[in-house]
Amino acid sequence: MTEDLNWAIGGEAGDGIDSTGKIFAQALSRAGRHVFTSKDFASRIRGGYTAYKIRTSTDRVQSVVDRLDILVALTQRTIDENLDELHEGSAVIYDGERSWEAEIPDEITAVDVPLKTLAEEAGGAIMLNVVALGAACELTGFDVEYLDESLEKRFGGKGSKIVENNREAARKGRDYVRENYDLELGYDLETTDNDYVLLNGDEAIGMGALAAGCRFYAGYPITPATNVMEYLTGRIEHYGGHVVQAEDELSAINMALGAARAGARSMTATSGPGIDLMAETFGLVATSETPLVIVDVMRSGPSTGMPTKQEQGDLNMTLYGGHGEIPRFVVAPTTIAECFWKTVEAFNYAEKYQTPVYVVADLALAVTEQTFAPETFDMDAVEVDRGKLLEDEDVETWLDEQGRFRAHAATDDGVSPRAIPGMTDGAHMSTGLEHDELGRRTEDTDVRVEQVDKRNRKVETARAEEDWDYREFGNENADNLVISWGSNEGALVEALEYLEDDGVDVRVVSVPYIFPRPDLTDDVTDAENVIVVECNATGQFADVIEHDTLTRVDRINKYTGVRFKADELADAIAAKISAEAPAQ
Amino acid sequence: MSSQSDVRFTDFKSDKQPTWCPGCGDFGTMNGMMKALANTGNDPDNTFLVAGIGCSGKIGTYMHAYALHGVHGRALPVATGVKMARPDIEVMAAGGDGDGYSIGAGHFVHAVRRNVDMTYVVMDNRIYGLTKGQASPTSRSDFETSTTPEGPQQPPVNPLALALASGATFIAQSFASDALRHAEIIEEAIEHDGFGFVNVFSPCVTFNDVDTYDYFRDSLVDLKEDSHDRHDLEAAKDVILDSDKEYQGVMYQNENSVPYHEQHGVTENMAEIPDGAPENAMDLVREFY
Repeated sequence: MTEDLNWAIGGEAGDGIDSTGKIFAQALSRAGRHVFTSKDFASRIRGGYTAYKIRTSTDRVQSVVDRLDILVALTQRTIDENLDELHEGSAVIYDGERSWEAEIPDEITAVDVPLKTLAEEAGGAIMLNVVALGAACELTGFDVEYLDESLEKRFGGKGSKIVENNREAARKGRDYVRENYDLELGYDLETTDNDYVLLNGDEAIGMGALAAGCRFYAGYPITPATNVMEYLTGRIEHYGGHVVQAEDELSAINMALGAARAGARSMTATSGPGIDLMAETFGLVATSETPLVIVDVMRSGPSTGMPTKQEQGDLNMTLYGGHGEIPRFVVAPTTIAECFWKTVEAFNYAEKYQTPVYVVADLALAVTEQTFAPETFDMDAVEVDRGKLLEDEDVETWLDEQGRFRAHAATDDGVSPRAIPGMTDGAHMSTGLEHDELGRRTEDTDVRVEQVDKRNRKVETARAEEDWDYREFGNENADNLVISWGSNEGALVEALEYLEDDGVDVRVVSVPYIFPRPDLTDDVTDAENVIVVECNATGQFADVIEHDTLTRVDRINKYTGVRFKADELADAIAAKISAEAPAQ
Repeated sequence: MSSQSDVRFTDFKSDKQPTWCPGCGDFGTMNGMMKALANTGNDPDNTFLVAGIGCSGKIGTYMHAYALHGVHGRALPVATGVKMARPDIEVMAAGGDGDGYSIGAGHFVHAVRRNVDMTYVVMDNRIYGLTKGQASPTSRSDFETSTTPEGPQQPPVNPLALALASGATFIAQSFASDALRHAEIIEEAIEHDGFGFVNVFSPCVTFNDVDTYDYFRDSLVDLKEDSHDRHDLEAAKDVILDSDKEYQGVMYQNENSVPYHEQHGVTENMAEIPDGAPENAMDLVREFY
C-alpha cells in the first residue's frame, strides 16, 4: 500500500485538462488528503501539450517528484512526455476506441477504457475526462462519491442535470474498470476527517489583499499574474472596492497610485514585462511617498521569454529597477500561505513607511494549488497598521507658519504625516520632481540632500523596527548551509528527507525578504559549505549574499523553465557537498 | 471643510509664482479653472488636481488643492484612480497637447470611453514649449520647428474627433483669453456627470507665431451665438470635423451620461477600512473548501 500517489491528466490545451485536474484535487482535499498540484502548460489556448499533475498523501506534500503512478493520457504525447516518470506499478488510462493506438511500454499497466462511449452514454462526449476520473478512482481505491461535491462546484452553475450526468459519467468509469480489470496496483487512498482548503498563490495574494483592506486594484492581464485580478473581480465589490482592467500596465500602476493618494489601500499585479513598463511610475510612487503594493509574479524572461514557465529572474529588477535611487521594500513569499501573509505585511509596510512595496512571487507559487488547514489563514491575526495617516484634527499640527501642510516633513524616522483628500487644511501638492517639505519643486542643494536622506531614512527605520527574519529547516548545527528564496522552499524541505537518508547533514535557510533582508553574515561565515539555490541562470540572490557577507558562495541554478523537484535537488546538493569535501 | 459660500477663487491659488512666460495662455486657462471650481462650490480640501508634464503640468504647483504632478502622459489614469477611490472628491486633470494627445493618447481614449467623472483640461498651444519648440500632435502639417524644418508633414490630431469617436459624453473647446466664456465652459464640464473634456486654446507666445492670440481672436466662432444643439450628435460631428473653422463652446453633451463609478456601483469612500480583516473574512478562506 502506497500513501503517496502521483496522478496526472494530459492532453491538448482546450481539452479541459485544468478543470478535470482541479475536480480531482478538490475531491482529494475534501477527503482530508494533502494535495500539491503542478501544471505543464503552453502559451496557447488550443492545441499544444498540457498536463495537470497531483501529488497526494496523508502527510503534508509541498513539492513535485520524478514519479507518476496513474496517468490519464488523452494523447500519445502525454505518454511520451512522461515516460521518464512512469515506472513498474504505474498505470495509464486511455481510450483505445479513439483514433489512436497508445504506445505504452510493457512494464506499465495499460488500462483501456472507452472514455468517449461511456461519456456519451452518460449524456455527452464532453464528459470523457470525468469518466477517466471515475476509472482513476477505481484504480486507486478512492471512493467516487468524493468527486460529487467537486462536480457540483464545477458544474452547479450549469444546472442540476449537468451535475447529475457528470456524476453518472464518473460512476461509469469506475464500473467499467471494476468489471473489466482485475488489477493489484497496490493503491488504496486513505481518507481522513481533516478539512483542508485548496488554493494557489495568486488566490492567496488576492485573499491577503482583501484581508488587509485593499479596496482598489488596477491591472492588465498577463500570465501568470492574471488570477490575482480574476480573484479580486467579483469579490472586492463586496467590500466597497473596485477592480479596473486598465488599458496597459502604465495605466494600471498610475490608477493604483491615484487611488492610494486618495487614501485607499491600493494594489496592482503583473509579471516581468509589466514591471518594466511600470518602472517609471515606480520612481514617482517612491518620490511622492505614496503607499502602494506592486505584485510581480515572475515568469521566464527576458522579453517575452517563456510566459508559462517558472523562473526567479526578476530579483535584480525589483531590487534595483528604475532610474535614480529609489527606496523600496521587496518581500518574496516562499510558500502559498506566505503569499497571503506577505501581502498583508506589504500593505502595512507601504502605509507605515509610505513607500512602494514589491511582493515578488514566482510562477510555481502562483499556479500551484496546495492544501492547508483553514486556520493557516487566521483572519483574526490580520492587523492593519495605517502608519501616520492623520486624523482630521491632527492636520493643523503639521502646518507651517503660513498654514501650509508639510506633506514631506523631514522627520527623524523619515516618515511624514499623511493627509488625504477631504481633510481640512491638508491640501498639498506632490510631485516626482525633487521637492521641499511642502511638496513644491526645488533644486536647492540642501533641500535635495535633506529629502533624499529623509526618504532613505525610512529604510533604516524599518530595518530597526521590523523583523526581517527567515525560516530554517534541517539540522541547525550542520556545516552545510543551503540558502533559498521564493518557491524552492517546499522542494528543499522534502529534499532534506532524501539527504538525511543518504547521511548528508544540511541546514536550510529560506529567506522571504529581499530588501530589507536578514543579515546572514554569521550564518554564511560559520558554515563550511554554502549553497544558494534559485531558479535563474546567474544567481541573483547568491550575488546579494556574497555582497552582504563578503564571502564566496556556491550556487545551484535551474533555468529550464521547470521548478526544482525534491529528489533532483537532493542529488544536486549532495553532489556539490561531496565535490567540495576535502580529499581523504 | 469650509462652507461653500466662503470659497473664493483665490483660495485655489498657491503662493508660488508661476514661471510661465509673460503672456502665456496658461495663466488664463488656470484662472478660469480656479473660478469654475469656486463657482461650483468646491474648495481646495475636496478637490484633487492631477497634472501632466510640460509647461501645462506646472499648474499643479500654482494651484492650491490636493494635487499630484505625475509622469509624462499619465495624468488621466491617476485621476481615474482618485475618482474611483473617492467618489466624494472633485477630480480635475490638466495637461498639454503633447501630454494628452501624444504620449498619453491611449489613456485619453480609454478615460473617455470609461466616462470617468472628472474634468480634463488640455492646454493646447500646438507646440512643445518646455523643450523649446518642437512639433506637437496638434501642430499644423506645415509648421516649421527645430525637429520638423519642413513641417511635420502629417495631419494634426483632432482631439475633439478623437473624443467623439471614443464615445465622449461632453466635448468642449475654449480660448484662454476669453476669460469669462472659458470659465463658464469649464464650469459646465465640472457639472457634467461624467468625463468633461475641454480643449483650451492656450497660445504659446514664445515658440508658436502661427496659432497666436490674434489668430484665435479673429477666427473663433462661438457656438453659443450659433444656436448649436449640443445634444445633437450629428450637429456635433459637423462642427468637430469642420477643419475650416475654430470653434469655442460645448460641441456635444450626452444627456444620459452615467459616470463610470455609478455604472459600477462604486459609492463608498475607499479610504475607510477596518482595523483588521473585515467581518466574516474566514468566509474568504472557506470558499476554497
